[in-house]
Amino acid sequence: MQDITFTLNGKRITVTVNPLSRLLDVLREEFGLTAVKEGCGEGECGACSVFKNGKLVNSCIVPMGTVQGVDIITLEGIRETEEGKCIIDSFAESGAVQCGFCTPGMVMASAALLRTIPKPDKNQIREALSGNLCRCTGYTMIITGIQLAAKRGEGIW
Amino acid sequence: MVKSYIPKTLIAAVKIRKETGAVPIAGGTDLMVRYRNIAGTLPTFPWPVMYISNLEELKGICKEQNTVIIRAGTELSAVCESSLVHPVLRDAVRQMAAPALRNLGTLAGNICNASPAGDAVCVLYALNAEVELATEKSMRRMLLSEFITGPGKTELKSDELMTAIRIPVLNDNVSFYKKVGTRKANALSKLSCAGLLCKENGIITDMRLAVGAVAPVVVQSAELEKSIQGMNFREFSKYEDHLFQAYAELIVPIDDQRSTAEYRKTVACGLIKEFFKIIKEELA
Repeated sequence: MQDITFTLNGKRITVTVNPLSRLLDVLREEFGLTAVKEGCGEGECGACSVFKNGKLVNSCIVPMGTVQGVDIITLEGIRETEEGKCIIDSFAESGAVQCGFCTPGMVMASAALLRTIPKPDKNQIREALSGNLCRCTGYTMIITGIQLAAKRGEGIW
Repeated sequence: MVKSYIPKTLIAAVKIRKETGAVPIAGGTDLMVRYRNIAGTLPTFPWPVMYISNLEELKGICKEQNTVIIRAGTELSAVCESSLVHPVLRDAVRQMAAPALRNLGTLAGNICNASPAGDAVCVLYALNAEVELATEKSMRRMLLSEFITGPGKTELKSDELMTAIRIPVLNDNVSFYKKVGTRKANALSKLSCAGLLCKENGIITDMRLAVGAVAPVVVQSAELEKSIQGMNFREFSKYEDHLFQAYAELIVPIDDQRSTAEYRKTVACGLIKEFFKIIKEELA
């Protein structure tokens, strides 16, 4: 066990864990941040997506040993922000949420996209979501949701 | 349960490596998947590990004289964003995995994993990349093609850490890269093929060709590449069939979960022919 200090959703915290443990498990078990989902557990589905130092990563393959000193943001950290609300509302209105399991990861991937490309075209959206799997929507409505968020959220990213 | 280490400096990392043989983990995109356990439990690494993704000394891309140096801890996303990196490598890296994985994975990890199906590795062969390996007291460089000795096997010694990838600048006129996989994102390749051509006044000055996932290691032949140096359109057209046969003999794929040997052989030969066609168009 080792003390790992990092910033979680804006708060500096220290947690005593085995550095081998996965960020995904620590976020869910220690902090109750259950928006972070385990889908595939091997970095393919994106349900566990979080920001590590501002970059989208799959928390199921991030060991705690690499989290020392970094900045982690989960969906819980952005859902009350202007950009988080914009994406979430646009998703809801576009029917981009069905079972909801992929949604937190989809929202994180959308935020990562809109921060770098505020007005993405369809291909850029597809590329940005290429690591996030959804078994319900067929993706079309998620793409519509992101287009709506981009239109509505002009200037906030 | 194995021990794990979080070195704060490169010196500390090579020391830990020497004393414990700990295997370095940068992005974890290969190792965390290979040794994953059921949800909520620890991965089952068979050896001690050390986490090196936070070592600033291993980050960054720079150019020194005629060599582009990509430090070992540089994430794939930074490789595809850097204007110092050869466009064919950026293109190959951009087609790897998906954005979140590219924010974690590294070229050095890809190389040390030594999968014959590594896409970037195939391109790095074509670029005649070298790897830089450090111990506590020494530093050595070797050609990537000599470093990787078989599937999952490299020349990395138990006290060494890969610190950088060195890519000689090539002023090529044509670059060619094709990845064949079941889906654009995430899927590992069935095979990949990279080609480069330098020419001057209609004469070949340099040619490179590398094919991945069609043999135990990436297929590349410095000898065959040299054999066409100095040729013009007419000479290359006459020699092309012979060269093709020589390459075809090196393509010895296997059946596995991603593809069949027959498919790989057919497509790899097709891609080589396609590259030769491009060479002729350039020389004509």
